Amino acid sequence: MSSLRLSSDVGGTFTDIVLQEGDSRWTAKVLTTPAAPEKGVMQGVAEILALAGRSLRDVASFVHGTTLATNAIIERRGARTALLTTKGFRDVLEIGTESRYDQYELALDRPAPLVARPLRLTVAERIDARGKVLLPLDEPALHAIAERARAERVESLAIAFLHAYANPKHEQRAGEILRAMVPGLAISLSSDVCPEIREYERISTTVANAYVQPLIDGYLGRLQQELRERGFVGTLALITSGGGLTSIETARAFPVRLVESGPAGGAVFAAEVAARLDERRVIAFDMGGTTAKVSLIRDFRTESARLFEVDRAARFLKGSGLPLRIPVIELVEIGAGGGSLAGVDHLGRIGVGPESASSVPGPASYGLGGARPAVTDADVALGLIRPDGFAGGAITLDPEKARAALREAIGAPLGLDDETAAHAVYEVVCENMASAARAHTVERGVDASDHTMIAFGGAAPLHVARVAEKIGVPRVIIPSNAGVGSAVGFLAAPVALEIVRSAYQRLDRFDPVAATAVLDEVGREIRAWVEPASQGAPTQETRIAFMRYVGQGHEIAVSLPLRALTDADGDAIRAEYEATYEAHFGRRIPNAAIEILAWSVSAATAQDRPKAIAPVTTRIPARPGGSTRIFDGRAGAWRDVHLYDRAALSPGSTLSGPALIAEAETTTFVTAAFDAWIDAAGSIVLDRKGAAA
Amino acid sequence: MTFHGKIGLIDRQIMWNRLLAVVEEQAQVLQRTAFSTIVRESGDLAAGVFDAQGRMLAQAVTGTPGHINSMALAVGHVIAHHPLHTMKPGDVFIHNDPWMGTGHTNDISVTTPCFAGDRLIGFAACNSHVLDIGGMADWTSSTDVFMEGLYLPIVRLVREGVVDETLMAVIRANTRQPVETIGDVYSLLNCNEIACRRLREMMEEFSLTELDELAEHIIETSRQGVLKKIAALPKGTWRSEIALDGMDEPIVLKAALTIADDGIHVDYSGSAPMTKRNFNVPFCYTLAYTSYALGVAVIKDIPNNAGSLAPRTAFAPEGSILNALKPAAVISRAQMGLMLPDLIFGCLRQAIPDRIPAEGAGVLWNINARGPRTSPPVFGDEFRVGVVTTGGMGALPFRDGLSATGFPSGVRGGSVEIFESMSTVTVWRKEYRQDSGGPGQHRGGLGQIIEIENGIPETFIFGNNLERLRFPPRGAAGGHDGALGSVRAATRDLTVKQLHDIAPGERLVLQSPGGGGMGDPRERDRAAVRRDLENELISAQAARDIYGYEP
Repeated sequence: MSSLRLSSDVGGTFTDIVLQEGDSRWTAKVLTTPAAPEKGVMQGVAEILALAGRSLRDVASFVHGTTLATNAIIERRGARTALLTTKGFRDVLEIGTESRYDQYELALDRPAPLVARPLRLTVAERIDARGKVLLPLDEPALHAIAERARAERVESLAIAFLHAYANPKHEQRAGEILRAMVPGLAISLSSDVCPEIREYERISTTVANAYVQPLIDGYLGRLQQELRERGFVGTLALITSGGGLTSIETARAFPVRLVESGPAGGAVFAAEVAARLDERRVIAFDMGGTTAKVSLIRDFRTESARLFEVDRAARFLKGSGLPLRIPVIELVEIGAGGGSLAGVDHLGRIGVGPESASSVPGPASYGLGGARPAVTDADVALGLIRPDGFAGGAITLDPEKARAALREAIGAPLGLDDETAAHAVYEVVCENMASAARAHTVERGVDASDHTMIAFGGAAPLHVARVAEKIGVPRVIIPSNAGVGSAVGFLAAPVALEIVRSAYQRLDRFDPVAATAVLDEVGREIRAWVEPASQGAPTQETRIAFMRYVGQGHEIAVSLPLRALTDADGDAIRAEYEATYEAHFGRRIPNAAIEILAWSVSAATAQDRPKAIAPVTTRIPARPGGSTRIFDGRAGAWRDVHLYDRAALSPGSTLSGPALIAEAETTTFVTAAFDAWIDAAGSIVLDRKGAAA
Repeated sequence: MTFHGKIGLIDRQIMWNRLLAVVEEQAQVLQRTAFSTIVRESGDLAAGVFDAQGRMLAQAVTGTPGHINSMALAVGHVIAHHPLHTMKPGDVFIHNDPWMGTGHTNDISVTTPCFAGDRLIGFAACNSHVLDIGGMADWTSSTDVFMEGLYLPIVRLVREGVVDETLMAVIRANTRQPVETIGDVYSLLNCNEIACRRLREMMEEFSLTELDELAEHIIETSRQGVLKKIAALPKGTWRSEIALDGMDEPIVLKAALTIADDGIHVDYSGSAPMTKRNFNVPFCYTLAYTSYALGVAVIKDIPNNAGSLAPRTAFAPEGSILNALKPAAVISRAQMGLMLPDLIFGCLRQAIPDRIPAEGAGVLWNINARGPRTSPPVFGDEFRVGVVTTGGMGALPFRDGLSATGFPSGVRGGSVEIFESMSTVTVWRKEYRQDSGGPGQHRGGLGQIIEIENGIPETFIFGNNLERLRFPPRGAAGGHDGALGSVRAATRDLTVKQLHDIAPGERLVLQSPGGGGMGDPRERDRAAVRRDLENELISAQAARDIYGYEP
């Protein structure tokens, strides 16, 4: 078998394809075909293979990322789904948190639940918080449920009972009976999909799983078949929201885990770059057309979170979406991209985003009819983007249109000249991103000033240096191939899966036997899912306890040893918890008891971390390709700066900001605060002037 | 650096954004580290940053309206009691004086002067609702503030970086939940520390030595913004009143709202006098909900700060239930305070009918339960848990009201599974209450029906401090009233505000109120009636008799 590896990232507009063999890499972008995404994928695959002069038969593995699950939820194109829940609780899915995500809006919009009230069915049964049966499952009543499901042509059923995480028997029994009575009905159990306490999040996650299951199932089946027909004999794997690869079988059982896998690919890409450059503390910064995403990479590993919101009614407002309790890459996303629109509010404040110019009509400078200024227009007006050669020469920008839009929306109302208006937009969008990065680093208990930023996505290189200045980051790295980062990241992802299970314990009454039993059981389960995908590759297990002080609401993850726990581990776990707490929040709480809410086991194949490349020893001042004028907002004046061609720079080349480094897809703005050099891998490295190297 | 010229303007905007981000961060830290269930699950907290004169520059949107203006004033009280020149780096002040904080002793306020070197640059302040501060703690039976727990005047909790352990010991000794309450005090300290650090960093980045000019910019821009919004409103005075259950007799609240060029003033003269019961309202809390009601109805997106709050004023005569004096019992002041938006909307609806909703459930339907953890009971081993639930919001003139939504408080509802895991009770039912949304062209939001029983053979205690059990949320413009709330157990009526024993095997049944409807129900879009019927949100009878719906 060859070492040829293929990956595809199906996005909203473009499908990115990457083919890799050793150090050679081919990339392609084709339009996404929303009605049948596999068509676009197959077309892109054909193109790239032709480019490389290879055939599908030569491909050893194909890693696939898809937004199909996300889009099905957002566009409500999923299966006809019903929910079976505990009698008395049919509205949990709709009542939600009973809160208002925007305190100053009386007419709030909420996303419609994925299952409307008539299909939210109930059955008498009840299990208590300790897993004890209070009321047996009314099995005869399931006949009526089955009939109802048939009559209503239900394709997929979510079964989610109260406290099923503590005792799954009723769910399992109901699933068994209904599966027998309604052949062909897809069934998702909450105790499988999300065995965690909190009924709203668990039910919501299970329903989303059921909602996308038939669709994903059909899609993966067709894709597999198409690939086989064209001679593919390698392994097909899917990327999950947690940034791990998973088998087709797992993806079919837990399709909800495929939601939000694109950003995961980006974070994995950043982790890969971090490993190659031996950067242990990294802030990954991904700025594209409509959003910017910030995540942390510690010791080359992405961080995970356990709750994600999809289909937000108000963009980026927490609480306005449907909650999914799945392992996701921990990241913060804000509405700040090249296409984000700028304007002045009634207080005279300049705002940027979250509204975006999208690709149609696009920023004003595209000349496609857009009249409102976008971030890209500000970049053009400041001279940071040269009008010709934008996006690889696909679009010629019109700086006068950019200036006119800025003048009308910003300059005129505030009495600013065009350049100052552009500078203001630039500063505001950088500040917004810096705030997001700052909040994220604080929340994770780290100090940005000893981190390196890795920037990717088309708009990142233009803004990252200023963001780095604002949050005190001394070093920024702009790797090559940043434009298709997610698809490149997919190829670096390990086979991995995580399962979290709620099982309560007080640490002062630590029960190592019970804890070990839960961990072993989840471990067996996880290996059963992971082994078919890992194909004999050795896997590494990780065990985590989610803990908090008794009475608190926010849990902290503490790593556990990979062996049967003993009484002595209680103290070690406490010490570890308190140290982590102190790192996050400053002070530990004296005398407070600690509780363990949930346990997580994940298994992952050993990641083929690239070896750190040798540092560049000789540094030679680079020769500028020319000079260009940019507007220096601080000084309020235009100034000439050197312009470099990235392709002409070689490892060891150095230069000093302010300067621009242009390449086909984007431009890197080296601000006056930074020096730049090219490392052995061809990355642009910005080092803060005067900082210790 | 200069504050004049074009760049000054941009920097000022950036710094304003920064302060808004700082206070959100402060609030997030507070919420994540809080022990109090209502803070961590429901966000009953406030956080803000102030200039060196004590003028509020930014307040986190995370939090509840009850703290909106009250926290802003709290810092002024701190400065009045501890002059600026006596404050040292590392000092932190604490208090829970209801009249100088947010209206009851359960809310602990912590104020931290922020220093750059030895120069005072501003303040970070925050508060949160602790679970227990001693006293009767049953929410219904106190008759003066001294029965409502430990009363902390404005004192130093930390002196030059050293925590006052004597004071901590006093707090610890005066609460039934010492670990959680002390934990919450630490959580308040930590979040202010972070806010001060951020403030210092910002001033360093922009080479500022003091905040005065930035403060002027924020305050003046916001004030002008609010005045501009007010200028677009019709001018005049409108009156309204609202009747509430109260305890011994109904309580009538009255308001006269005047919109003038220089602001909006609400005069509560004529409202009921303060009572012997515990739902008297310190004026700071009256002001908070007055500011909020005006904010959500007409001011909306202008951030809360000293400037945007200034044009919103209120008056209630001393001794009024809305300006209760010490030592009145005030612990349940939310029962009146949360109704002020409906009262104010009653005035505004006459002036700007196109955007004001009908009345809603208003108060939260907190289910407070306590009882032994085991059967037979062990002395001292008791659970004491509350879960937040809600009723319906009033319909707007252009759309239905939201069902089961906390307005105006904005706190989150709790999880049944968490509630059960912390107690011995079983919730058998929690779902929409059919026909509870006030009928109208636009229907009021639905309330909920909730059934609870003890899971062990012991009695548990339910504290009824709910409102809208006698006077329903009123409809508007021909819309019908929302359904009245009710509290029953088996065959007993538990409407009376007090502690009720719920016997083993007995089911407590709570029905939260629905929101008022708007407009004639017979004018309701037929497709909307059919959808409500299909969804069983209304009964066939209501569809026929009230909506005049012929299938």
